Amino acid sequence: MRVVVVGAGIVGAACARELARAGLAVTVLDRGGPAAGTTAHGEGNILVSDKGPGPELELAKLSRSLWPEILDGLPNAGGVEWDPKGGIVVATTPEGARELEKFAESQRAAGVTAEALDAASLAAAEPHLTREVTAAVHYPDDAQVQPSGAATALLSDALRHGADLRTGCELIGVRTHDGYPDGSRDGASGERGGASSVWSVSRADGNRLTGVRTSQGVIDADLVVNAAGPWSGEVAARLGAPIDVRPRRGEVLVTAPLPPTVFHKVYDADYVGAVGSGSQDLQASTVIESTGAGTILIGSSRRQVGFDDRIRPFVLAELARKALRLYPSLAGVQVMRAYGGFRPYVPDHLPVIGPDPRLPGLWHATGHEGAGIGLSVGTARLLRELVTGAVPSLDPEPFRAGRPAVLGADACEGAA
Amino acid sequence: MTRNTDARARHTGGRPRHVVVVGAGPAGLAAAAAALRAGARVTLLDASDRPGGQYHRMLPAAYEAEDNGRLHHGWDDFERLRTHVQSHPRAEWWPDSAVWALERPDDTTSAPHVHVLRGPADGTERYRSVLTPDALVLATGAHDRVLPFPGWQLPGVFTAGAAQALAKGERVVVGDEVVVAGSGPFLLPVAASLLEAGSDVLEVLEANPASTVLRGWSRRPWELAAQSGKAAELAEYTGLLARHRVPYRLGRAVIEARGDGRVEEVVTARLTADWTPVPGTERTVPVDALCVTHGFSPQLELPVAAGCALSEGFVQVDDAQRTTAPGVYAAGEITGIAGAPAARAEGLLAGWTAAGGDPSDRTVRDVVRRRDRGRAFAARLAAAHPIGTGWPGWLRPDTLICRCEETDYRTLRAAAEDPATGAPRAVKLGTRAGLGPCQARMCGPAVADLCARRAPDSAPAHDGLAPDRSVPERAVPGLASASHHRRPVAQPIRLGELAASPGRPPEEEGEHTDER
Ligand SMILES: Cc1cc2nc3c(=O)[nH]c(=O)nc-3n(C[C@H](O)[C@H](O)[C@H](O)COP(=O)(O)OP(=O)(O)OC[C@H]3O[C@@H](n4cnc5c(N)ncnc54)[C@H](O)[C@@H]3O)c2cc1C
Ligand SMILES: Cc1cc2nc3c(=O)[nH]c(=O)nc-3n(C[C@H](O)[C@H](O)[C@H](O)COP(=O)(O)OP(=O)(O)OC[C@H]3O[C@@H](n4cnc5c(N)ncnc54)[C@H](O)[C@@H]3O)c2cc1C
Repeated sequence: MRVVVVGAGIVGAACARELARAGLAVTVLDRGGPAAGTTAHGEGNILVSDKGPGPELELAKLSRSLWPEILDGLPNAGGVEWDPKGGIVVATTPEGARELEKFAESQRAAGVTAEALDAASLAAAEPHLTREVTAAVHYPDDAQVQPSGAATALLSDALRHGADLRTGCELIGVRTHDGYPDGSRDGASGERGGASSVWSVSRADGNRLTGVRTSQGVIDADLVVNAAGPWSGEVAARLGAPIDVRPRRGEVLVTAPLPPTVFHKVYDADYVGAVGSGSQDLQASTVIESTGAGTILIGSSRRQVGFDDRIRPFVLAELARKALRLYPSLAGVQVMRAYGGFRPYVPDHLPVIGPDPRLPGLWHATGHEGAGIGLSVGTARLLRELVTGAVPSLDPEPFRAGRPAVLGADACEGAA
Repeated sequence: MTRNTDARARHTGGRPRHVVVVGAGPAGLAAAAAALRAGARVTLLDASDRPGGQYHRMLPAAYEAEDNGRLHHGWDDFERLRTHVQSHPRAEWWPDSAVWALERPDDTTSAPHVHVLRGPADGTERYRSVLTPDALVLATGAHDRVLPFPGWQLPGVFTAGAAQALAKGERVVVGDEVVVAGSGPFLLPVAASLLEAGSDVLEVLEANPASTVLRGWSRRPWELAAQSGKAAELAEYTGLLARHRVPYRLGRAVIEARGDGRVEEVVTARLTADWTPVPGTERTVPVDALCVTHGFSPQLELPVAAGCALSEGFVQVDDAQRTTAPGVYAAGEITGIAGAPAARAEGLLAGWTAAGGDPSDRTVRDVVRRRDRGRAFAARLAAAHPIGTGWPGWLRPDTLICRCEETDYRTLRAAAEDPATGAPRAVKLGTRAGLGPCQARMCGPAVADLCARRAPDSAPAHDGLAPDRSVPERAVPGLASASHHRRPVAQPIRLGELAASPGRPPEEEGEHTDER
């Protein structure tokens, strides 16, 4: 079976690796290069702490158990900078403390290790943290990677197992049994797919996908995996089966290197609230962590601004304010740079993993929002199991592409 | 310039247009003066505590009684401009004011908002200000470019600019026995400054062979006469070198610096026309300091933040110094390297048009002519002193490419050659080259070049540096370019300063000039 994986971000890399190891003939294509998109513009937290009981937590637990296993088998895993340092979530208000304790309790019931810390053990664990803390919970299973390093390590392993990589190769449209549904005959010509209008309705199986049109010509494929991150909606539309994946802007501050000051991943408890929120406004929930190079990363904001990539000083200022609330002693530390990316999200805040009900041969692995680094390996394992017909490691149903939140209002009608 | 042009600047509801000029070097000062002439209200700001920029790096106050003119060409002009701008009622001069971010407003036809950090960089009293100008002139200049070579991280190896700044500004000599090497006419003034400050300059090495230099300079010779000021200045420098019996050798370079804990000797070698070292021509020269320059890198983070298109590594401007970004003008070394007089001419025109002046107005006809000559001079300079494509020939696997993060050539090459890790941003994050405190200002061009030429389909461009493919040919919404000029935080800012709301301390309200 010939597989084309669209996108060489961490999700595409992880999927390519699993499918190549399963013996499929995999071609990964990316219109930029590996890890050029969201994967290199976020942070590398691998968290169970921020997820309440539910399908995403199950995927996170699967992923967390896979990471060390996978890294063990990679020849050059050093660049991944795997660091199972654990996370500490702190609340700074009485209400925050109540929320956090309730949340941690529900997680424990779902099998997450979540240890309440008293003031003394918190001070010992994080000596520079503010003492104005009303509750603190330690999550020993939280870990960290360098996302670009992790993605390229997974991709290298895919290439070692026979996958083929095409960079500077943009997916433009689809080829099916019937030819090119957008009316184009020559795969190499034509600027765009423009197929969505023709293809937003369901098709008979005779129109199974047989290849993709790219900027480098037609590539034969029996199966296409859409792992195009925040551009997954666009890619799906070009393939004639639009899905509702949107960008959610996030920014991160990077300080100059300094001696060890922050020892765990430390989050403000309001992180938990922000992930599920649909609010359009700026939200910033502090995540503070040090990196192998000695810098401190301060993340991250959440805004719904389309693909507006302007770095906004008011957002950076808000990140700085919240960080100083947790670590007042960092006030004199220099911010060296800032960057930002676009989290790919579905309105119901769950990833999309599985076949598209409208176009046989099209699969999706996308919509991981602010957790795609951590969830990449679990996603890829589940995808492999579904593709090869193996028993899935967890229930794939909640992630199915056919759910209304994914297909969107218009698309849904067509598919019904 | 005529009076009636004053009216032009007043089309913002009767109030004069507000022009903000970033950088108070030759280009920025001239821009401020011309914008004032055209009737605008001007805020001129610079990260430094004094105007002057790189060229007129001023002596500390203690030396001011001495004869500055001897060390600084064009000092009189500069003094006149500076006094004029600083004492003008429509001008505000902001010293110690670093622009740390430019923010494009929602209204895409307006000039960017200018986020400034005010106060001495080493002080604890810095505070944020935000300016919302009608037009913005960027004149942020350039800094030395130095290509890596084995041993360049040793103490005693200076960028030529740093050595000159020490000699001119602090009257400190970098060493007693010095070699000056690299490429470009900047080698000469640096050597002259060192001689004047009392160093023994052993030799001056220009990497390009005589044939390249002569071909570059003799193209269209009629243009050279027009730059007679520059030519006379260069003649003066060569005269000085001759008097001190300092050899000026073409087609030779320093390919290694050696020493135990600091530079003690350098290895020089003859180069072919493309800068490949010729085996067997090595010579070892004992030194206690080495000054190197390979031309200049424009300071492009603010133009890039403003959304200005670049062309061949510089800010793209039209005949009126307009960039492609609405309300943004550019002048000086960020648009091309041609020396201070050219920067001044560009500045005059940029300030004039930014203030609403008509670029075809006869009052600026002479300025336009001088600007055009400056551009021709820049082209000539670039042709006479290109960077040879063979420069990586002197690198060794353990040569540091990024000094901040100590990334060596072996590591960089391995990352760039691996298809999985070879994309620009992945190389950067994987090897950390360019992620250190200087934020790729030093190694950026070399890293981009080395990565681009390791890519299978690369062919170096005419200027010796391979094309920068980190900038996608067609912009993709949401996909950031990996250009080493992208620095959304243009100047370091402390977390505490960033967290504070912008504003002026009340005691400064109403103040207009800050004379020093
Ligand atoms: C500020 C911020 C902080 C974050 N922090 C974390 C965190 O701590 N932990 C965590 O797990 N996650 C985090 N994330 C989320 C995480 O980065 C993403 O979920 C993840 O990177 C998504 O990976 P991806 O492979 O799906 O997408 P991407 O990395 O965006 O890859 C998609 C690829 O598809 C390519 N592509 C797009 N269109 C086409 C086309 N037409 N043809 C060919 N190729 C195409 C693109 O070039 C791109 O390389 C954060 C994100 C942000 C923005
Ligand atoms: C070290 C050095 C020495 C030189 N010596 C000679 C010489 O002897 N003879 C000769 O002919 N030419 C010399 N040159 C070249 C000459 O300096 C230039 O031609 C001329 O200065 C260019 O003028 P400019 O206004 O474009 O830039 P500059 O003079 O470089 O001025 C730019 C100004 O912008 C300011 N700035 C930059 N970024 C920011 C920011 N984010 N916020 C606030 N302010 C900012 C800087 O502080 C600086 O003052 C030298 C250049 C250098 C780098």
